[in-house]
Amino acid sequence: MALHVGSYPLVKKEELAKGFYSFTLSCPEAAEAAKPGQFVNLKVPEFSLRRPISICEIDKAAGTLRLVLEVRGDGTEKLAAFEEGDKIDMLAPLGNGFAVNPAEKAAVIGGGIGVPPMLELAKRFSGTAYAVLGFRNEDASILEEDFRACCADTLLYTDDGSKGEKGFVTDGLKKLLSREKLDVIYACGPEIMLKNVIRLADSAGVRCQVSMEQRMACGVGACYVCACRMVMDGEEYYGHVCKDGPVFDSKQLVL
Amino acid sequence: MADLSVKIAGVSFKNPVIPASGTFGYGREYAEFYDIGKLGGISVKGTTLERRDGNPPPRVAETPAGMLNSVGLQNPGVEHFIREEIPYLKGTGVKIIANIAGSTPEDYAEMARRLDETDVDMIELNISCPNVKCGGAAFGTDPEVAGGITRLVKAATKKPVMVKLTPNVTDIALMAKAVEAEGADAVSLINTLLGMRIDIKTRRPVLKNNVGGLSGPAVFPVAVRMVWQVANAVKIPVVGMGGIATWKDAVEMMMAGASAVQVGAALFTNPYAPVEIIDGLNRYLDENGIAGVSDIVGTVQPW
Repeated sequence: MALHVGSYPLVKKEELAKGFYSFTLSCPEAAEAAKPGQFVNLKVPEFSLRRPISICEIDKAAGTLRLVLEVRGDGTEKLAAFEEGDKIDMLAPLGNGFAVNPAEKAAVIGGGIGVPPMLELAKRFSGTAYAVLGFRNEDASILEEDFRACCADTLLYTDDGSKGEKGFVTDGLKKLLSREKLDVIYACGPEIMLKNVIRLADSAGVRCQVSMEQRMACGVGACYVCACRMVMDGEEYYGHVCKDGPVFDSKQLVL
Repeated sequence: MADLSVKIAGVSFKNPVIPASGTFGYGREYAEFYDIGKLGGISVKGTTLERRDGNPPPRVAETPAGMLNSVGLQNPGVEHFIREEIPYLKGTGVKIIANIAGSTPEDYAEMARRLDETDVDMIELNISCPNVKCGGAAFGTDPEVAGGITRLVKAATKKPVMVKLTPNVTDIALMAKAVEAEGADAVSLINTLLGMRIDIKTRRPVLKNNVGGLSGPAVFPVAVRMVWQVANAVKIPVVGMGGIATWKDAVEMMMAGASAVQVGAALFTNPYAPVEIIDGLNRYLDENGIAGVSDIVGTVQPW
């Protein structure tokens, strides 16, 4: 069985930026089974609904998963209060993950809290992937050094120009497309960003996989709450982020 | 080892714990966690005559001690259920409760006809979904209409028929009596309570459907009260649900008058909730020298 449920110790906690926390959990079975692009569902003390958090890094040798979460509301605030040594109730790994061919020339595009899941993915390309990262501002920028350590090039943008270049990830993607022959583009971030990335990928004729976000409950495909608009053979329908995704081929989605 | 088995409307369940419709799909996902054949039964995802796409997202919101949902009966339709899901469920050995929802009274009868020759063990009439525009809770708030649908369905199938009631009424016992009078073999309650949450930053409802159904521990005392009132008003068995998360909740609900219980929102917090409730019931009965779980049904001694 690939699915693991249990209480796992938080072995390392770091505040990457204000309101952004990196959690490393010791969970050997889940780490062994995990793929880039998958997520976990964390139980929040005193809350009914678990919170889905994407996997940022997988260390099979150490038996750990790294998660990065942003405090957005009461639930994530409660999660952020966990300290090293605490045990966290987790279902993992969930969802489908990215399809990866390490021989391909890939660009990984992340916006805000969409950046963390791109890290493990980028690492799978053994230094050949290009990263384009976008943040609101310098204070909200995370994981830059991690990407620089594993990517051929890392382009960084902020909305206000307080770090990297002023602009959006789509500016960086345009730059990359003009100078590199990419085989595949991967993206995770706000819906408007995904829409624009897909538009650029389509016009360049490059395949594109995107990771989606939606409010969830069960996390395993049973309750149907995390709907996202999909299309097959010209017919639109609601699929579910937790089971049909969170990673989708851009052609499967209606954004 | 106490006797956990219960008999409801002629159907024998090996124990009284049943995942509630809409929280357990058709069982496949939770079969990754445990043998779903251990469960008393499964009330499967609400099924409609034709495929239904459901409501736009977000469809879920956290609430104090619970959650709101506005899925809106997304499902692949009754034919898909019959072709793809019933054979799978049959193979697990679990009792199958088909939950059906119509846009018209005739829809219910038509689905009941189609299910009559299948391996489902019981049909649950969902006349209480708060998240659909046609039918749904509108049928479950009018005793005439609820009774009429029950009558039509009973004429269309030999399967036992259980009617799932909405709590969004003034007098739920009146609704229960209305469907009993038209031949319902059992009633189940409560469906969700209509609720709403607003994001104070955006001034928008959290749910895209604006309103949705409240479930989880927050509704448990309401559910216990309604089960108690209904159990005192009808002779047919009552299946209790609404916020049950632990074996203690299950015992309480059965003491209020439920012959069996359904477990829903608790699954999202703890996927093992139904099996832990079964184990807990077993321990409770053994420790208290109670021979069978049916012996506690309706044993509350009101002041």
